[in-house]
Amino acid sequence: MHRFALWRVRSYVRPHVGRMVFMIVASLVATAAAAAVSLVTKAVIDGPLARGDRPGLLPLALLALGLGTFEGVLAFLRRYTLAKVAVGIETEMRNDLYEHLQALDVGFHDRWQTGQLLSRAVGDISVIRRFIGYGLTFLFINACTFVFVIFLLARMHFWLAMLTAVGFLPVIWLSKQFNKSYGSVSRLVQDQTGDLTTMVEEGAQGVRVIKAYGRRREMHQRFLRGAGTVRASSIEMARLRARFFGMLGQFPKLSQAAVLLGGAVAVADGSLTIGGLVAFLSLMVMLIWPVESLGEIIAMGEEASTAAERIFEVLDTAPAIAEIADPVPLPPGASSVRFENVSFAYPGSAANVLGGVDLEVRPGETLALVGATGSGKTTLLNLIPRLLDVTGGRITIDGLDVRDLSLAELRARVAVAFEEPNLFSASVRENVLLAGDHVGQSDLDEALEVAQAKFVHDLPWGLDTRVGEQGLSLSGGQRQRVALARAVVGRPGVLVLDDPLSALDVRTEERVHAELHRVLRDVTAIIAVHRPSTVALADRVAFLHEGRIAAVGTHRELLATNDEYAAVIGEVHEDVLDETVLADVAGEEVA
Amino acid sequence: MAAAPANDWHGVAAEGQDQITANMASFLRGRSKRLLLSVLRPHARAVAGSIATIFVYNLCALAGPWLVKLAIDSGIPPLVENGSMRKLVLFVGLYVVAAVTAGITDYEFTKLTGRIGQDVLFDLRSRVYDHFQKLSVGFHERYTSGRVISRLTSDIDAIGELLAYGLTTLSWSLMFLIGITVLMLLLDVPLALVALASLPFVLALTVWFRANSSRAYRATREAVTAVIVQFVETMGGMRAVQAFRREPRNQVIFTDLNDKYADANVWSSRLGAVYGPGVRMLGNATAAAVLIVGGSRVLDGEITVGVLAAFLLYLKQFFEPVQELSQFYSVFQSAAAALEKLSGVLDEQAVVAEPDSPTPLRSAKGDVRFDGVHFSYRDEVVVLPHVDLHIPAGQTVALVGRTGAGKTTIARLIGRFYDPTDGRVLLDDIDLRDLADEDLRRAVVTVTQEGFLFSGSVADNIELGRPGASRAEVEAAARAIGADVFIEALPKGYDTDVAKRGGRLSSGQRQLVAFARAFLADPRVLILDEATSSLDLPTERLVQEALRTLLADRTAVIIAHRLSTVEIADRVLVVDAGRIIADGAPADVLPGVRAG
Repeated sequence: MHRFALWRVRSYVRPHVGRMVFMIVASLVATAAAAAVSLVTKAVIDGPLARGDRPGLLPLALLALGLGTFEGVLAFLRRYTLAKVAVGIETEMRNDLYEHLQALDVGFHDRWQTGQLLSRAVGDISVIRRFIGYGLTFLFINACTFVFVIFLLARMHFWLAMLTAVGFLPVIWLSKQFNKSYGSVSRLVQDQTGDLTTMVEEGAQGVRVIKAYGRRREMHQRFLRGAGTVRASSIEMARLRARFFGMLGQFPKLSQAAVLLGGAVAVADGSLTIGGLVAFLSLMVMLIWPVESLGEIIAMGEEASTAAERIFEVLDTAPAIAEIADPVPLPPGASSVRFENVSFAYPGSAANVLGGVDLEVRPGETLALVGATGSGKTTLLNLIPRLLDVTGGRITIDGLDVRDLSLAELRARVAVAFEEPNLFSASVRENVLLAGDHVGQSDLDEALEVAQAKFVHDLPWGLDTRVGEQGLSLSGGQRQRVALARAVVGRPGVLVLDDPLSALDVRTEERVHAELHRVLRDVTAIIAVHRPSTVALADRVAFLHEGRIAAVGTHRELLATNDEYAAVIGEVHEDVLDETVLADVAGEEVA
Repeated sequence: MAAAPANDWHGVAAEGQDQITANMASFLRGRSKRLLLSVLRPHARAVAGSIATIFVYNLCALAGPWLVKLAIDSGIPPLVENGSMRKLVLFVGLYVVAAVTAGITDYEFTKLTGRIGQDVLFDLRSRVYDHFQKLSVGFHERYTSGRVISRLTSDIDAIGELLAYGLTTLSWSLMFLIGITVLMLLLDVPLALVALASLPFVLALTVWFRANSSRAYRATREAVTAVIVQFVETMGGMRAVQAFRREPRNQVIFTDLNDKYADANVWSSRLGAVYGPGVRMLGNATAAAVLIVGGSRVLDGEITVGVLAAFLLYLKQFFEPVQELSQFYSVFQSAAAALEKLSGVLDEQAVVAEPDSPTPLRSAKGDVRFDGVHFSYRDEVVVLPHVDLHIPAGQTVALVGRTGAGKTTIARLIGRFYDPTDGRVLLDDIDLRDLADEDLRRAVVTVTQEGFLFSGSVADNIELGRPGASRAEVEAAARAIGADVFIEALPKGYDTDVAKRGGRLSSGQRQLVAFARAFLADPRVLILDEATSSLDLPTERLVQEALRTLLADRTAVIIAHRLSTVEIADRVLVVDAGRIIADGAPADVLPGVRAG
């Protein structure tokens, strides 16, 4: 099964076929040159040495030198080309994998841990590179060398050559045995390494929790268990290799012994000269490497096969959500958003998170989405820009099913801010203007104003300060505000906000509210809220309860008519620590 | 300042530096070497065993051509003269014995080095992982998870390759090289000298290769780290990537980093392409020289044809190890670059370190005291100028104030995520810096906003609060905090896998799991850093009800924006610009608060 996976890598090899042919030819010629040196040796022993012809020595030695130099130059050319080919294939595969992963839907990424993906993108791809760049070439070269040398040997002494060739036959059987057991262990090691990478990832990202509970030892133990399984399987892998390589190495040597014995007899009966025997034996040395390296190449091939299998597992997963062939264009202007009997269940789970949601947001309207923890608000919002797809019913924008729109256009129209703001390792400017192909400095300024994110001007390099994983670390509230600015920049057609202000202090939240109010006048917006204060932004409120919209109306209406709604978001008054209270306290103390 | 570098370059400071001085390079090399030796030391016996095995292997392998020579020189003549095969069979028999022994020792050696290699990798992984966990939160904020992953994956792999392949090659090649040299000298000294004349050239080529390739491999390690960091960041933030159509820009960035990695790889491979064949050419030239000199000596009657044949066979095998050594050198340089990074991590001092001789604290009372605490993060901006504070055991304190006032910093200092830059934080009158981590963490637990979940089941994640807790205790904790309703509604209840970083659970649900975890941990001091901010009101109320009972007899520090949270406190501290500006009962400090 997995051998086919490796065969599929050929599309990456194809652009390099010319170079690979060159490498193989160079190697074959080099091998021939090396073999020729052995023949020169024979000529020296049987010619000048046998005849006592001292002057005849020099030209032959110079010939050997010439051939040797030629071989070296060819080896250089081969390896110089190899670097380009092998690295080229690796780079292209990794780019493709990354591109495909970016195209795969969020549902896929929820199922797959980064560690497993990373071990494919780095570890597995370099295994394939090594096999293609080295193993594959040498497999071919070694096979040619083998046949060529046997041919030369046959010209020297037919029966001895046949003896040699037949002696190598068991190698084929041995390799088959090895293949079987080694393949499964190598897959095991690669999978376990992926799991271990995931543990490393969690250890780094969850370091605060681990510290908070003082669970360093437990996490270390857990990691060691993972590392222990990798160790055990790798040792098993080494054992299999050891056995195979050890046995493989016997063949050239034992056949040399046989040839020595048979060759001596041949010399005795005059069918071979002494020089011929020496040349024969020294040519046979050329067989040692191809046979011995066969073990390494087969092992590499097995590893590359399982690696390819693991990579194609990912590449073969079609994005559940993809750009369609002929999308319907979206009309310009403020959009309406409509949920029609929408249901959603996570893959592999029978339970519907959403079931039969009907909801309409009119152009320019702001709708607040209220629901208890885990009621499906975030899931519902993710459906609009098609981060997830509905499993039943449909969502339309201006009457058009979102699945009939161009994904790029849809996501350009719908701007999102998540509760957990994710900034990229780029400048603040780039982080805010992410989606904006057509937004200018004034839009940027406005967005920063709305999100109360002007603090960015005070960062060391202002708007050019690099933030995100590899940049300056901002506080949770600061990140949320940059993410909010990103969502509102350039006034998107549809604005989807998932509790975007949870980490802000009250005063900032109020200012953002005031600014947002202005922006929201002509933007269609859906905002998931936890707090009564944010509800005030909305024209209407939809109450999500047990996977469906239980009620729609103004905040006041719902409070009056729906007890469950009142339980989730009631008791508006004074729940938050008012800024004025804090200011009062501060003032008193100062005064 | 000749001595300065060692201090400037300690820890991970050398990472990302393109140019390093010769002085620095030798410092880094020394550090790497010490690390390698320290991980190999426990396996000294096994290493000695493997060297003994390879020694026998080499003897057998070297015996081959010698026996061929004997067979030709003294086995064949009797056969030709009087048909006696006795001697020939003897030599061929010995040859077979040597070959089989070589096979067995090869098997043992490969197996043994495989085990040593894996043990060393295990040890290295363990040390580096644990050391990362020891390093402070501040370090992790700077270093980022992508680089941690890079250290523990691609760097470990590079070292793994050295151990699996490199050391085998090294010991085999060196021994073979020495063995062949000795044999050639035994066979014929003048001819051996001709063969050895190539060595200075090989050495010169090696010096050139070494100087260049160490730079190339360093560049490779840096480049692969950048690729990994970008990869991890993209996969971790896929929702935002797709929502904002970041894919094309990401692809450009990734392709660029990937190309840089490719360039570095091509660079190092091409150095190898010069070195390897270069050595080979020297070998071929030497063979030609041996042919002419050896030929003349045969003609002069100084040596036999058999000697010349053996010499040529040995010479082939002589340059094979040299070739292999060049391969080894590539692997070694790559591993050395990785070792440099790993030794840098291990060299990094844990700023918030465990004490060498901790003051024991079996069961804490929960009395917390700030004694003249001054604190600033790396950027020198003073967050807390001078805080004196006493929280008696059993008191629930609410910290209120604006964003950036220093509330979270106070909480972090009590949880010892950071150490004060001046002054002391005390628990039961013991400086936190004198407490064993285990004692401190048993006594003090912090719940933050983020609600990070580890892969595994919901139950596993709660159990993290008290490893070894029974299922009943886990469920009781969830019940106490009101998390049982949603957990039981999950597909597999408590055994539901939380998937990637809790992707399937909403942030509020993750928060509830974090609370249940804290409840199970049952600490004397509980710190809640805006821990309820992502909960909806009914859930928050539920949690607060639970907190009332939970906090009744323990010390608690709660950071909150909401009055409802403040109401359950015995005491409110208002923090402004790093100073405590008001301190008293909730109703006294904050007008409008109902008595709790």
